[in-house]
Amino acid sequence: MSWLLNSSIGRKFIMALSGCALILFLLFHMSMNLVLIFSVEAYDMICELLGTNWYAIAASMGLAALFIVHILYAVVLTLQNRKARGSDVYASSNLSPVEWSSKNMLVLGLVIVAFLVLHLYDFWYKMQFSELFHLEGAEPHGSVIAIDLFSNPVHVLIYLIGITALWFHLAHGFWSMFQSVGINNRIWLPRFKVIGYAVATIICVGFAIVPIFFLAKHFLCSSCM
Amino acid sequence: MDKTINITLKVWRQRGPKERGAFESYKLDGISVDTSFLEMLDIQNEILINQGQEPIVFDHDCREGICGMCSLYINGHPHGPDEDITTCQLHMRKFKDGETITIEPWRSAGFPVIRDLMVDRTAFDKIIQAGGYTSINAGGAQDANAIPISKEDADEAMDSASCIGCGACVAACKNGSAMLFLSAKVSQLALLPQGRVEAAKRAKSMVAKMDELGFGNCTNTGACEVECPKNISISNIARLNREFITAKFKD
Repeated sequence: MSWLLNSSIGRKFIMALSGCALILFLLFHMSMNLVLIFSVEAYDMICELLGTNWYAIAASMGLAALFIVHILYAVVLTLQNRKARGSDVYASSNLSPVEWSSKNMLVLGLVIVAFLVLHLYDFWYKMQFSELFHLEGAEPHGSVIAIDLFSNPVHVLIYLIGITALWFHLAHGFWSMFQSVGINNRIWLPRFKVIGYAVATIICVGFAIVPIFFLAKHFLCSSCM
Repeated sequence: MDKTINITLKVWRQRGPKERGAFESYKLDGISVDTSFLEMLDIQNEILINQGQEPIVFDHDCREGICGMCSLYINGHPHGPDEDITTCQLHMRKFKDGETITIEPWRSAGFPVIRDLMVDRTAFDKIIQAGGYTSINAGGAQDANAIPISKEDADEAMDSASCIGCGACVAACKNGSAMLFLSAKVSQLALLPQGRVEAAKRAKSMVAKMDELGFGNCTNTGACEVECPKNISISNIARLNREFITAKFKD
């Protein structure tokens, strides 16, 4: 199976598969978040389920591995591509009309990683990590952290920036993953692009609703909290 | 009376592969808009030769858009601002009076500059030599109807076969990837029964050669497809990925 590492198509195959798994994770994560709007109790029950149980920890490790593979390969691919492109740059700027996101996947990825670090500190560190290592200030109730965090407009804004970067990343990533594994043709290419925009929009709107909802709730009716 | 325009050329001059290059500007007056781009360069070279200077070196051959020899990165586009044509089919009516036209060679590590605007595209020949052919004993031509091929496949194969190997895809690509070229060359044979026999072997050895020659990894920006003078579709790249991945899984 050395072709996965040694060939350009093999490396892209890995990017596509890890990206696909990450999109499935995002869909799950987004659905889970939406529960918080309808029921705080149900949300905390899910948090408990995904707390320090062995299967939740195993899944977290698997997820971390996926992220690391996706990011490492992104860096390796970008460095190789820079080298292949060479150091001579065009004096006239490249005017080929292409999707903006397709040219900036690494930058968008870096914004998402920066957001991810903040997000892990906000939630995962205080929940699963602190509980696992019996640190002080462990908070098993995700709802408490979320509602407190999203009452701060600056924090909500940072989250929305992260979600926006994710939208652009997914808008190119979704159809690109089908292209890279070879499941694509003239008819399906425009279809995958449209489905990709839909999936990216569903995921990002789903994510964005929760912080906006709790920010609005905090300011409009602090009595009902 | 023909309409004429006055232009300024900003041309990349480089005396050899190892020498440092730089832009030089030339003012060119009274160019008929019906002149082709390469004829315009011929006029400029005539002036340079009469002045006792070195003419601008650029690749060209058939001058009717089928040989794949002409190149040139003109004002931010491989083969210039017009669509679906090669540089030799570009005409000066596409430019405005008083415009400065920037002319550069293909820039990619896989295509080193030989001189001025001429680059070394031997890498493409090496990729073809790695498997872009059918190694059957042809014998006498058989009846055309003996091997049925669907209209869709025949059309698709013909479209892929229209690739002239000019290298505009590599020149346009931010990753210096040769995937569009390679996928067209794999597709034109993979779609037909005669080429199907060696399809798996061909995909593997041609991709291996492309990677060995230092071309980049395709990130699906689609710039190649936009700039391709022959409208080769990136659906060919999906086909190449499919051929390669299934071939590797069968091993």
